[in-house]
Amino acid sequence: MLKVESLTVRFGKLTALDNVSFALQGGEFLAVVGPNGSGKSTLLKCLLGLQRIDSGSISLLGHSPEDLPSSRIGYVPQVKTLDRSFPASSCELVVSGLRRRWPWRIPPAEHERAEAALRQVGIGHLSHRALSALSGGELQRVYLARALAREPEVLVLDEPATGIDATAEQDMYDILDRVNREMGVTIIMVTHDWLAARHHCSHALLLKNVLIASGPSLPALNDANMALAFGHAGHDHAHGHSHSHPHESGQPEQPDG
Amino acid sequence: MDSMLAIFLRIVACGMLIGFSASYYGAFVVQRGMSFLGNGLAHAAFGGVALGILLGQEPLYVALPFTVLAALGINWLREHTKLAADSVIGLFFALSMALGIIFLSRVPTYSQDAMTYLFGSLLSVGVTELWISAALAVLTVATFPLWPRWAYSTFDRESARIDGQRIRREDYLLSVLIAVNVVVAAKLVGIVLLSAFLVIPAAAARLVSASFAMMTTLSVGIGVFSVAAGFAISYQADLPSGACVVLTQILLFALMFALNKGGIKWPREI
Ligand SMILES: Nc1ncnc2c1ncn2[C@@H]1O[C@H](COP(=O)(O)OP(=O)(O)OP(=O)(O)O)[C@@H](O)[C@H]1O
Ligand SMILES: [Mg+2]
Repeated sequence: MLKVESLTVRFGKLTALDNVSFALQGGEFLAVVGPNGSGKSTLLKCLLGLQRIDSGSISLLGHSPEDLPSSRIGYVPQVKTLDRSFPASSCELVVSGLRRRWPWRIPPAEHERAEAALRQVGIGHLSHRALSALSGGELQRVYLARALAREPEVLVLDEPATGIDATAEQDMYDILDRVNREMGVTIIMVTHDWLAARHHCSHALLLKNVLIASGPSLPALNDANMALAFGHAGHDHAHGHSHSHPHESGQPEQPDG
Repeated sequence: MDSMLAIFLRIVACGMLIGFSASYYGAFVVQRGMSFLGNGLAHAAFGGVALGILLGQEPLYVALPFTVLAALGINWLREHTKLAADSVIGLFFALSMALGIIFLSRVPTYSQDAMTYLFGSLLSVGVTELWISAALAVLTVATFPLWPRWAYSTFDRESARIDGQRIRREDYLLSVLIAVNVVVAAKLVGIVLLSAFLVIPAAAARLVSASFAMMTTLSVGIGVFSVAAGFAISYQADLPSGACVVLTQILLFALMFALNKGGIKWPREI
């Protein structure tokens, strides 16, 4: 499914990823966890062929990132990077995921497929809504529908919980759990939220530019490893958390990366 | 000898062809937040025109490569620095103007050509200009199959890259096409008002469009219509052509604004 070997990425003197190796089997739900600046987004960009690699190799679905089989991969970008001023409806956005190009017009069959994907994430009624009129959480779901409409083998998400409230976050994790368990989709999710990672993900990758731990999520994200990655803050929050308030308890204080 | 009407029709046809291309690219320009690019390239064209006059060549043929080079330069510098687009465009804007002023200062006699390009002149439109704008329009139509790609990368560059689009190549192509458009249009409407052609029809269309396909279509409609209407007014009232077209565009913008405030959007299914 995914095999990363000795991956190294440098930006000038800074080494964002240093000799990172891991492997992922089909059907796993992987959390990529680490503090700010630890190379999580860089790793994701490498997987998606958006980032030049200094050394090492990546094989995703049997392909190198240069000839990524993008129709088999669903990608959900960070909500805050999206252009809300673009004149488009939810349905068009989903169809762009199906076609891998922007639609000039949408025939009924494709429209139906897009609506089915929107229904799958519980927002079938928003199909004709303009993107500019969606809330952050709704837009996140439209993107999720767009990724799922491809019927992907792998779903890749960058910080899906950023900027949405606790309820929307819970709903999103429910959808991801279902997609992972019932449809067998492999999920790779970048997150700060290591509590959610422990709770929902089968596997975890703990990064701090070097790989600190990888494997099944509970042992990989144990207290000792968290302390290594996050410093003392990881420890403070390691016990007595309740997952319904991830942002009150789950976001360790970080100095700027 | 051509009749007055024949000359007028030639001018209108030429203007509508240019308006068509400009307002088509305008949809991408506006939505990509590159409105300032039109302005920057128009002033780069001024540098090229001045160089043409200095060299005693037909200004258009010097301005064309000059402006295309400026467009490539803008793209290149953006790629190789972290500067915002408007800073990079501003730099090339200033460079071209400074060069243009120096070139003109070396021309011994006063040049009507320079004024023509600055403010546009209908009288400068001959058969050559008509053919050039027709060629540009054909070129624009030939890029229609690229619309789904350009629209996709306009919306989300990252997704387009993941889905195999060569974003960088697209950027260069788009800005070269815009540069050509700008130079061809400069003679007709003048450098000073030129960026309006790229920006106002698309911005007006944006106000009442719920989809990018509709925005593109309306932008072209507004672009072509405002040239025809503006030139008719200019001809009737004996007013400068470029200014009449731009004022017509702004009138249409106001109309779209009113429709927008009235809650009107197309397609209506929102
Ligand atoms: N394009 C770039 N040019 C230079 N440095 C970069 C670039 N992209 C990332 N970096 C650096 O590489 C390091 C890793 O960045 P990355 O974005 O992968 O971190 P991250 O783990 O995603 O952080 P965050 O949690 O804040 O999103 C950081 O120190 C960052 O400053
Ligand atoms: Mg990041």
